[in-house]
Amino acid sequence: MTTTTLGMPVTTTRKAPVRKPARWASRRVRGIALTVVTWIAVLAFFFPVVWMVFTAFKPESQAATLPPTFAPDLTLDRFQAVFDRGMLPYLINSASASLGSTLLVLALAIPAAYALSVRPVKNVRDPLFFLISTKFMPVAASIIPVYMLLQAVGGLDNITWLTILYVGVNLPIAVWMMRSFLAEVPREIIEAAQIDGAGLRTEIFRVVLPIVLPGIAAAGLICFIFAWNEFFLANLLTTQVARTTPPVLGSFVDGRGQFLSVLSAASTIAIVPVVIAGWVAQKQLVRGLAMGAIK
Amino acid sequence: MTAGRRSLAISRALLWPALIVAILLTQIPLVATLYYSFQEWNLLRPGQRGFVGFDNYAKVLSNGSFLSSLGNTVLVTGSAVVGATLLGLLFAVLLDRKFVGQSVARTLMITPFLVMPAAAALIWKWSILDFTYGMANWGLSLVGLPPVAWNTELPAATVIMVLIWQYTPFAMLILLAGLQSQPREVLEAAGVDGAGPFRTFTWITLPHLRQYVEITVLLATILLLQVFDPVAIMTNGTGGSKTLSYLLYERAFIGLEVGEAAAYGVMTVIVTIIVAMVALRTLFKVFSEEGLMNR
Repeated sequence: MTTTTLGMPVTTTRKAPVRKPARWASRRVRGIALTVVTWIAVLAFFFPVVWMVFTAFKPESQAATLPPTFAPDLTLDRFQAVFDRGMLPYLINSASASLGSTLLVLALAIPAAYALSVRPVKNVRDPLFFLISTKFMPVAASIIPVYMLLQAVGGLDNITWLTILYVGVNLPIAVWMMRSFLAEVPREIIEAAQIDGAGLRTEIFRVVLPIVLPGIAAAGLICFIFAWNEFFLANLLTTQVARTTPPVLGSFVDGRGQFLSVLSAASTIAIVPVVIAGWVAQKQLVRGLAMGAIK
Repeated sequence: MTAGRRSLAISRALLWPALIVAILLTQIPLVATLYYSFQEWNLLRPGQRGFVGFDNYAKVLSNGSFLSSLGNTVLVTGSAVVGATLLGLLFAVLLDRKFVGQSVARTLMITPFLVMPAAAALIWKWSILDFTYGMANWGLSLVGLPPVAWNTELPAATVIMVLIWQYTPFAMLILLAGLQSQPREVLEAAGVDGAGPFRTFTWITLPHLRQYVEITVLLATILLLQVFDPVAIMTNGTGGSKTLSYLLYERAFIGLEVGEAAAYGVMTVIVTIIVAMVALRTLFKVFSEEGLMNR
């Protein structure tokens, strides 16, 4: 039995002990039944996404119907409508806030995590505990002064300020995850480099960084996903110029007419970058979440 | 000795930028919230601003909104965490088996976690749970059941449903990592000793998974305590879905009661700290047991 796995390596190969043919056959039937059940459950779970994408390709008149239209005239017209309503600037804002904040977060988190895991720091617990605890604090609790401050300095509806705030939101997760990845680097390699007289820069850039590159990709991806999907701050702190995608989606709901296809098209466009990135980098994503969670 | 001190200085230099950014972006606003919470301050009456001591807190604790919101938060977060963990465990067990299309199934399963929460809330509200055209009510009608006004009659359940849908993949990923870290020999030995799959699961797999279940519950609780997006988008806090985050948002940005909202914020933080302390202690216990903190 050979099964190719694209995602995580499946380490458990359980060999059933040799059994009588009749019991083996019943096991086989049960196995097929379980596979069918699994697929039905997975497809049921995935259904809302399928239905959203499907609806996005329907003309508006066939989107909200009873019974649902399963064989509509497929069209790209609603995607065109989304861009005609000026979606592009919002997507660009989302991209720049997400990319910008992710790069800044990594630039701050990698050195900090390095200090916390590889280099000797007294009381590792204190700074780590502090950083993680900031993630526990509800953003809602600090939004009022942030709003007042931004209003006072003219920083509302400004993509740079939103980017900076996303740094604060994602920094703890990135430090937490990077620390786990760095702790996995064998100490001997670092010590060998230090004995060879490698300076800090060589130690970091030539020795450690190449080893943890997949970890950096994982941390970066997760920060990017959280920033791209962030709604609360974006909704409150931006209005037009710096508006990002999540709070804009609601404006496709139209109280007067039919809107389901155009809403589905806008939502599809909004989720595509992160979903594709998550699928492609599935291994890193799983690793990042598992590492951040378990170690 | 001097080399050690120099090394310590470098570590500090690496750590401080991240700490300073975290303090500036998260701690200062929190202190400001605390300061505001002792003030009478409505944005519509800027002239009447002044220090009022604990008046806001007395108001917050006596008018009942806080306690009912606290109850809603516990209900929504608790149900979503339990639901997502149980479903996540089910899917983890199903997907841990080798079967046709295993990696495709896993890819599809992680998708809801990647979907932008704002898009998920809108699609569920208008495409799946809409009273007239929603797929859920159409499904009910197929089996002869009357339609349900999900968004208006069962707002809390609606929010919980969407949260479970989004967080099941998150739980599944962590629990799947746990399942795959089981020592193969133990499982094989159990099989040889004649333990059926059910007994192997209850006596070997479940105890092994305990730690992973704990981590899943903790992380999901932290993420979900702050839940805002589906409440704001689907129900506007009606009928038992008004969580603390939404209550604070409503008081500050719709009611314009800065002082009172700040008091809600401080109370929210206190509640979160209590939950977080328990959560962090358990997390760090897991750490020290693995010996990671002492390296």
